[in-house]
Amino acid sequence: MAITLEQMRHTAKLARLELTDEQLTELMRPINALMEHFERLQALPLDAVEPTSHSIPVFNAFREDEVGATLARADALANAPEARDGLFIVPRIVEE
Amino acid sequence: MKELLTLSIAEISHKLHARELSAIELTEAVLTHISETEPHVQAFITPTPELAREMARHAQARLDAGERTPLLGVPIALKDNLCTRGVRTTCASRILHNFVPPYDATVVERLRAQGAVFVGKLNMDEFAMGSSTEFSAFHPTRNPWDLERVPGGSSGGSAAAVAAHMAYATLGSDTGGSIRQPAAFCGVVGLKPTYGRVSRYGLVAYASSLDQIGPLTRTVEDCAIMLNAIAGKDPHDATSVDVPVPDFREALVDDIKGVRLGVPKEFFGQGVMPEVAETVRRAIGLLESIGAEVQEVSLPMAEQSLAIYYILAPAECSSNLARYDGVRYGLRVGAEKGHIGMMEATRAAGFGKEVIQRIIIGTYALSSGYYDAFYLKAQKGRTLLRQQFDAVFQQVDALVCPTAPTPAFKLGELVDDPLAMKRADVLTIPVNLAGLPGLSVPCGFVNDLPVGLQIIGKPFDEATVLRVGYAWEQLACLRDELRTPRALARAL
Repeated sequence: MAITLEQMRHTAKLARLELTDEQLTELMRPINALMEHFERLQALPLDAVEPTSHSIPVFNAFREDEVGATLARADALANAPEARDGLFIVPRIVEE
Repeated sequence: MKELLTLSIAEISHKLHARELSAIELTEAVLTHISETEPHVQAFITPTPELAREMARHAQARLDAGERTPLLGVPIALKDNLCTRGVRTTCASRILHNFVPPYDATVVERLRAQGAVFVGKLNMDEFAMGSSTEFSAFHPTRNPWDLERVPGGSSGGSAAAVAAHMAYATLGSDTGGSIRQPAAFCGVVGLKPTYGRVSRYGLVAYASSLDQIGPLTRTVEDCAIMLNAIAGKDPHDATSVDVPVPDFREALVDDIKGVRLGVPKEFFGQGVMPEVAETVRRAIGLLESIGAEVQEVSLPMAEQSLAIYYILAPAECSSNLARYDGVRYGLRVGAEKGHIGMMEATRAAGFGKEVIQRIIIGTYALSSGYYDAFYLKAQKGRTLLRQQFDAVFQQVDALVCPTAPTPAFKLGELVDDPLAMKRADVLTIPVNLAGLPGLSVPCGFVNDLPVGLQIIGKPFDEATVLRVGYAWEQLACLRDELRTPRALARAL
């Protein structure tokens, strides 16, 4: 099941990656080599098997609902590409 | 002074306790050695000499006050995906090139509390995705045993720094072999603890169900010392498990009579170089000669592990790396392109090729119409693998096999071969998928390059894994041979 350029474009869009067709084409070779390798899983008798998402089962991890230390606003903003008035600044989202 | 740099943590802390030298003198000696050695090895991304001096002064004050703990005043270093308050943490990525964490990872906090001295942040494959440290966005790291070869990865800087005596121990992270494989390549000891044994809080996430932090050291005893310092439940990581933490040093009894060791036959095929297999089999034979009960076992699903891993890990990575969007930290590119355009431009400019490849595979495997064919199948395959490990551990106490199929390869040798590089982890990946503890200890040389013996244990049974490793170490007496990586000795 090889991935096509059209699927590459769609996936890059889903993953929010601005890539040219040339870059996507270059990436297809290693990705399709892996895809080919994945084929071996299709032959396994897996129908009656439960999936594993975590190797060590951990169920609900409860704790007391207590107020603890939190990150100061200035610390949270210190790495922001742009910040003003205690807020993260991003490109305009809502059109005027 | 130079010979002091090659000692173990246990040995150097004894000298600090006996006041044969101060933590300040020791740190200065290590910093001088780093300045001479680093141009050849390039293990660091951010050396922290000023921080080290300050920490050494504090440690010495505690020593002067009579405190006697094993890491007090000992210079160590950290993989650059562990958050360090006030010290840049890049994950070897352009997208985090300027990120200064406002908090410490739990393991970092614990090492600070123990009085360890931080000499710097170490190189790695970008976001821990790779097996050679060549995928660092900054520079490759070189193997101290042969400067034309890779140190392994992704914790290549962590392994090279210990081998080249630039730190007494380091922390790395291991998602598919990223501690054990570089430990094997560089002739040091490396432990991936059981999933949940060590808190991941403050470890920059790659694949959250597989990632685990662990130590790289010169001896098995040092590995136990480091694990003692970092293990245990942490309220900040809900996946850290609340099980008793034994004193791992007490597990180091030089006697493995009656310990049942399984030799999984699939771990000697799959492209394992005959000389590597032979070196490891010789080590297993020696362990048998001192009383271990050795039997062959089978884990057929291990041969499917690479396929399972390269679906699950990219799937988790595509989700984890969604946070790098140019909004709250890190790189921002293309602010004039609107908010979506800015995210797309930032991510394309900030991530390297290998990371982008894995994000695309993961996004594809999780996307509508492909989830059942890839992701669900891989998760089910993971169940089968785990069941096979469970069955085998009914018969044996630990498994022994090679850590990696070959010794260190040359820089550039595998970089363009999409599967060959990934096969470097074929013997370590099954251990992550099953969440088990795995240790790599040096067991000999092939073509003058170190080879690692991997010891795999039951969940939370690091004690047995360390005990077998310790018994091997006492038997093999490789310490002197491992003390001086030849290429580095010639270069200096």
